Amino acid sequence: MKQHTSYRAFVVHRVSGIALACFLPAHFWVLGNALELDAFLKWTEQPLVKLGEWAIVVALAAHLGGGLRVLALEFLPWQSWQKSLAAAAGALVVAVGLAFALAL
Amino acid sequence: MNPRTETTLWILQRASAAVLALCVTVHLATIIYAVRGGLTAAEILARTRGNNAWLAFYALFVVAVSIHAPIGLRAVLGEWLGWRARSRDFALVLFAAALAWLGLHAVLGVFLG
Repeated sequence: MKQHTSYRAFVVHRVSGIALACFLPAHFWVLGNALELDAFLKWTEQPLVKLGEWAIVVALAAHLGGGLRVLALEFLPWQSWQKSLAAAAGALVVAVGLAFALAL
Repeated sequence: MNPRTETTLWILQRASAAVLALCVTVHLATIIYAVRGGLTAAEILARTRGNNAWLAFYALFVVAVSIHAPIGLRAVLGEWLGWRARSRDFALVLFAAALAWLGLHAVLGVFLG
């Protein structure tokens, strides 16, 4: 069962959600101190922080893709194309990951 | 917890997910557009200050995520850590309130200054 695509999609959705829930308070805290934003943005120039930014953006794309998959499975009448939703979510993650990496 | 409350939480989770699907799509596109050439506070604030449409959008985003994240964590805490006591829901209400307060404080700071 644990090798099944649906289980993998479930784990990715859940782990990305946990990562986002941990990240959000810090994200809001920094934005709430807008006067100190430039000092913080300078800190984010470090390669490891950039890697972390990339990972959280990828997690956001993964959670979006996984969430759209869940909504489609729960609310739309069953169609055979829904079996490809996990692959579509994966494609979204790759596209966002590449676009953000190129923009960084 | 009684079945009616569980049903309400399930509906709130799906309704907030639908709002967040739109918000996250717009946010991801904005992030990718904004980071090109690097970020500065002046550049961010020039885009946001006084922009009421973005203020309303991000306020809605914060409210939706303050509903969605704690309900999602509730399932994680119950299923993966076995924490199903009332103290879990109390902690998550505090987490939701903290998220909403920090998020709206951030939105007001960035958009109204």
